[in-house]
Amino acid sequence: MSGWWARQRYLLDYASASLWRRKGRNLVLWAIFAALVFILGSVILFGSAIRREAALVLRDAPDVVAQAMRMGRHDMALASDIAKLKSVRGADRIEGRLWGYLYDTSTDANYTLQTPSAHAPDLALQKGEAIVGEGVARLRKLSEGKHLFLVSPAGRLLKAKVKKVLSPESALVSSDLVLVSAEDFRAFFELAPDQFTDIAMRVRNPSEVGTVSGKGALALPHYRFITRANMARTYEALFSWREGLLLAIATGAILAFAILAFDKASGLSAQERREIGILKAIGWETSDIIRMKLWEAGLISVSAFVAGMTLAYLHVFAMSAPLIETVLKGWSTLYPRFALTPHVDALQVTTLAFLTLLPYIAAVLAPIWRTASADPDRVMR
Amino acid sequence: MTRVRAIERGSSAVFVLAAALAGGAALAIAHGVWRGGDTTRFEATRALAEGAGLTDLALFTEARYARHPAMADLHSAFQDGPLSFEHFPSGALVAPARDFPAAGLRNGGAR
Repeated sequence: MSGWWARQRYLLDYASASLWRRKGRNLVLWAIFAALVFILGSVILFGSAIRREAALVLRDAPDVVAQAMRMGRHDMALASDIAKLKSVRGADRIEGRLWGYLYDTSTDANYTLQTPSAHAPDLALQKGEAIVGEGVARLRKLSEGKHLFLVSPAGRLLKAKVKKVLSPESALVSSDLVLVSAEDFRAFFELAPDQFTDIAMRVRNPSEVGTVSGKGALALPHYRFITRANMARTYEALFSWREGLLLAIATGAILAFAILAFDKASGLSAQERREIGILKAIGWETSDIIRMKLWEAGLISVSAFVAGMTLAYLHVFAMSAPLIETVLKGWSTLYPRFALTPHVDALQVTTLAFLTLLPYIAAVLAPIWRTASADPDRVMR
Repeated sequence: MTRVRAIERGSSAVFVLAAALAGGAALAIAHGVWRGGDTTRFEATRALAEGAGLTDLALFTEARYARHPAMADLHSAFQDGPLSFEHFPSGALVAPARDFPAAGLRNGGAR
C-alpha cells in the first residue's frame, strides 16, 4: 500500500509540475470549467430549492378553488352558487374569496388586494385597517400604525391604517399583498354584496378532493375547479420549464466548452508528444503516463467542479441568487426579497458532475492513450 | 525548515489546495444540513397561506396570469385581443398550465 501510495504521489508531483509549466493555459481552462459549473449549478440549485419551497408553502392552500367562467374568461362568483356548493357532500368550509389586482400609479407596481378568511382570527380586520406585505411596505415606506392610501381605477380612495406588516419570511407568497376588510374591498372595487372573485373549499377527507370537485362541477357546470394538486403541478411545471429554459440558454456555453476541451484534447502539441516520448524512452510505462495524465485532468476538472458548485451554493443560498433574479424579475417592480432554504438535489448534482467531468477526462485521455501506446522513437520525431 | 521542504513537493501543494476546496465545500454542505432542515420558517408562511387562502407565489407581479398562474385560464395571456402577442417578459418564463381543465375547454369554457 505504501509503495502504491508513494508511486501515486510521485506521479502527482510530476502532474502538478507539468500543470504549472503551462499555467496560463491551464488556469484559463480551469476558470472556464468552474464558471460553467457555477452557472449550471446555480440554475439547478435555485430550481430545486424554489420547487421545494413552493410545495411546502402551498401545502395549506385551499383544497379546491372554484372559478366561474364566462366566454372563456374568469367571471365573478355569486353567493347563490356558494349555497349550491354547500349541498355537495364532503365539502367543508366553503367561502367566497375576494381578491383582485390594483396597479398603483405612484409606485408603478401591481398589488394584490385581498380579504382574509373569516376563519383566520389573527388576520381579522376592521373597516379602515390593512395588513400589508413586505414589498408593499418597502415601496410605500409603511410601518405599523401608518396610513395606506390607495386610489381605485374608478377614482375611489381607500384610506387604511396599517395594522401589521407581514414578516419578510413570508415574502415569497405575500410580498405584494394588501389585506383589507371585506367592507373596504367591496366599496373600493364597487362590488355588489353577493359577488365574490372565486370560491375556496376545504374537503374533509383529502382522498375525496377529486370526487368532491367532480360533484361540484356537476352542480355548477359553468365553473372551473382547481384542486391543490393542480396548483402544485402548475408550479412544478412552471419551475421545470424555467429551469429548462435557462439550461437551454446555457447549452451554448456547454457546447463551447465541449469544443474547447475537444480541441485541447484531440490536438496534442508537439511539445506534449515529445514529453510523452521522452518519458517512455526513460522507462515510464504506458499505464504510468496515463495515470499521470489522469491526475492532471482530474486535478483540473474535479477542483473546478468543486469550486464552481461551492460558489453556486453561495450565490443561491447566501446571496439570494442576484444573477438569476434579474432574469426572473421581468418588468415586476415588486419582487419579493426572500432567502431560499437550502435544498440540494443530490441526483441533479451527480448528473451535472457526470455531464461535465466524464466527457472532459475522456477527451483528455483518449489521445494521450494513443500517443503513449505508440513507439517512443516515432513519437519523438 | 521541514514545512518549507514539504511545500517544495508539488503533491503537497496540491494537498493544501485540495484541503482548502474540500473545506469550502464542507462548509457549504454543513450550512445546507444546518439550514435545510429548518422548516420552522415555513410555518408562519403556511399559516398565512391558510388564513388568507393564498394559492400562488408572489414572484412575478407584472401580469395577472404571471402573478397567479395556478388561477389563470388558458386564454388569459391573450385577453387583450385574441391575436395579440404576449408582451411581458415573464410570459416567456411562465408556461401555461397544461393539465386543466383536464378534459379541455368545452361549452364555452365550462368543464
